[in-house]
Amino acid sequence: MKIVVCVKQVPDISQAKVDPETYTIIRTGVDAVVNPFDLYAVEAALQIKDNLPQTKVTAISMGPPQAEAALKEVISMGVDDAILLSSKHFAGSDTLATSYVLSKAINQIKDVDLIITGRQAIDGDTAQVGPGIAAHLNLPLVTDVNGIVEIKPDELKIKAMTEEGYLYYFLPLPALISIGKGIGEPRMPSLRNKSRARKAIIPVWTPEEIDAEYQKIGLKGSPTQVVKIFTPEVGGEVLFIEGEPPQQAERMVEILGQRHII
Amino acid sequence: MSIKVVIDRCVSCGVCVKECPVAAIAMNEENLPEINLDKCTLCGICIDKCPTGAIVRTHQAQKAQEDYDQYRGIMVVAEREDGEIARVTYELLGKATRLSTHLKQPVTAVHLGPATDQEVRELIASGADRVIIVENEELNIPLVGVRARALHDLVVDELPEIILAGSTSQGRPLLSKLAVKFQTGLTADCTGLDVEMPDRHLLQTRPAWGGSIMATILTAHNRPQMATVRPRVMRRLKPDYNRKGEVIRIKTRPENVEDPVKFIELIKESTSKVRLDNADIIVSGGRGIKSPDNFTLIEKLANLLNGAVGSSRPPVDDGWIDHAHQVGQTGRTVAPKLYVAVGISGAIQHLVGMQSSECIVAINKDQEAPILKVADYAIIGDLFKVVPEMIKALEKRQQ
Ligand SMILES: Cc1cc2nc3c(=O)[nH]c(=O)nc-3n(C[C@H](O)[C@H](O)[C@H](O)COP(=O)(O)OP(=O)(O)OC[C@H]3O[C@@H](n4cnc5c(N)ncnc54)[C@H](O)[C@@H]3O)c2cc1C
Ligand SMILES: Nc1ncnc2c1ncn2[C@@H]1O[C@H](COP(=O)(O)O)[C@@H](O)[C@H]1O
Repeated sequence: MKIVVCVKQVPDISQAKVDPETYTIIRTGVDAVVNPFDLYAVEAALQIKDNLPQTKVTAISMGPPQAEAALKEVISMGVDDAILLSSKHFAGSDTLATSYVLSKAINQIKDVDLIITGRQAIDGDTAQVGPGIAAHLNLPLVTDVNGIVEIKPDELKIKAMTEEGYLYYFLPLPALISIGKGIGEPRMPSLRNKSRARKAIIPVWTPEEIDAEYQKIGLKGSPTQVVKIFTPEVGGEVLFIEGEPPQQAERMVEILGQRHII
Repeated sequence: MSIKVVIDRCVSCGVCVKECPVAAIAMNEENLPEINLDKCTLCGICIDKCPTGAIVRTHQAQKAQEDYDQYRGIMVVAEREDGEIARVTYELLGKATRLSTHLKQPVTAVHLGPATDQEVRELIASGADRVIIVENEELNIPLVGVRARALHDLVVDELPEIILAGSTSQGRPLLSKLAVKFQTGLTADCTGLDVEMPDRHLLQTRPAWGGSIMATILTAHNRPQMATVRPRVMRRLKPDYNRKGEVIRIKTRPENVEDPVKFIELIKESTSKVRLDNADIIVSGGRGIKSPDNFTLIEKLANLLNGAVGSSRPPVDDGWIDHAHQVGQTGRTVAPKLYVAVGISGAIQHLVGMQSSECIVAINKDQEAPILKVADYAIIGDLFKVVPEMIKALEKRQQ
């Protein structure tokens, strides 16, 4: 089986501090990491490879040259090879343009049986890129997949999460799935794969290599525009409920009642 | 989006000509830079390099656009949950009705799948001027491909200027597929919507970075304008059963309902009565709970409050509770009226999933715990003493 995993590099939120005045996240000086859901996506691909050893897993990422680090990281987990999509022409892409670029790259890789993305990226939080790629490529789509129950070379049985519970599907390949946390913890890099990652030479593809139309990428290809960014209003100080537990509990319940919350 | 030179500010220094990586800028006979928009990639380097700020982005279309005046009206995509029309649908209709007072165009609710007369009445009472029911039974099956094809045909017929759906596991992929088909913009998980007249732009406001910043986004040059909207944020109208509406029952083309994906079954999640996504009250437990058995304490408190059970990551990773309950960066983002954090320290990955809650109560023995930064009320004490007292106090109140 031939699998492509889409991996995005995002700022590491755990290093970000909360501004004590505005309660907003301070992002300066924050390192970049692989989007957490994309590590689960890689894990899903590797679970399939565990079952079908002839499987080849390729990771792709669209981003600045530094995003190479994210691709090396997933190679160290066991991904076979990786391609970086990087060009100033890609800069400013919204989800429509991003999913176009990724779908063109997948076309270029050829004969891909399964495309795996994360459920969502933690910076943009849109969960739109996976379905967008599926739409560009006209492929069947199941989102928020939290378990791969059965693996066959031309069909998967999968479990997807929704607000109502878990949905089970037979999914014929080729197809696209987006992955949630339930798939299982991402595996640790092995020594062998780490050294493979160090030595890996990651090709960089520009719009030329993937035959992308300039009108459809970057800012030009992005119908959405951010016109304003602002910080939301935050609540005031915390009120400490004093006393021993029985008084604390009574007082708390009283306040919630007065505020018509309960 | 385009780019232009503000002549008044330009000092003819020529830096932009030198810096442009695609040689799209040249000086004209008046020694002023001219940007060749066919070559320009809008990379913005010239904007950064210009010492006088004379190059700016503009929101004007680069080319004559299609006639977007043919797109009119607001379309709300209904969804079902637990066999009923989901609450978010009525919230969307409430918002759409308010937008339509500016746009002076009807609100159309689209229901993919059969709907009863009672349900149609409810949609009209809640703000729909028109209800389109696509009656094919197959649309009840949770297959995004089928729903997307049926909706696509309707959008081609109707040409709405705005399409709204819930930011749910149904709504997000459905509109994502549609936006690609129409090559238009889609804004995820909006918490604010407004229109800008006379341009009829939909101003879409959404949180990013776990609610720490807000962005307002618009789709100026493409139609339809599409957004998914976070449940529980918009207000539903008080139903008015005297409202009149047009009801259209149709069927989609048979080939639309054929799909290569085969749905097998839905296994409902049984651990709690109320689910995170639409709960008004959530009680979450963290590592401070210490053992899976103690989670019953959280459940009891949640049940008394008619709320849902949430969790930080460690109880999920330790297998005390299903990950469907996890709140935070790799779990669900929630914003209930009341969020009670019991034995949760408030790591940033947890905060981004709950800090937009209206009222936050923290029960923690550590008065330095970061959760207190976002909490409205803090009960400092041993949760094993405080929670049972809360349960007692609530039971007393309910008698
Ligand atoms: C990529 C990534 C993604 C993550 N995603 C998430 C996510 O989605 N959601 C999430 O929650 N976390 C997430 N985390 C984990 C996060 O960093 C924290 O580790 C986690 O939130 C801590 O959970 P906790 O507050 O329950 O535990 P702890 O940090 O151990 O806090 C326990 C709290 O309980 C209090 N306590 C202990 N005993 C008692 C008692 N008897 N009475 C009263 N109080 C008591 C303590 O004072 C302490 O404040 C993620 C981490 C990473 C790296
Ligand atoms: N620039 C990118 N490069 C590679 N994959 C991406 C990129 N952006 C998004 N994705 C994939 O799409 C998923 C959903 O992202 P989003 O729609 O931005 O929330 C991510 O988890 C990735 O798998």
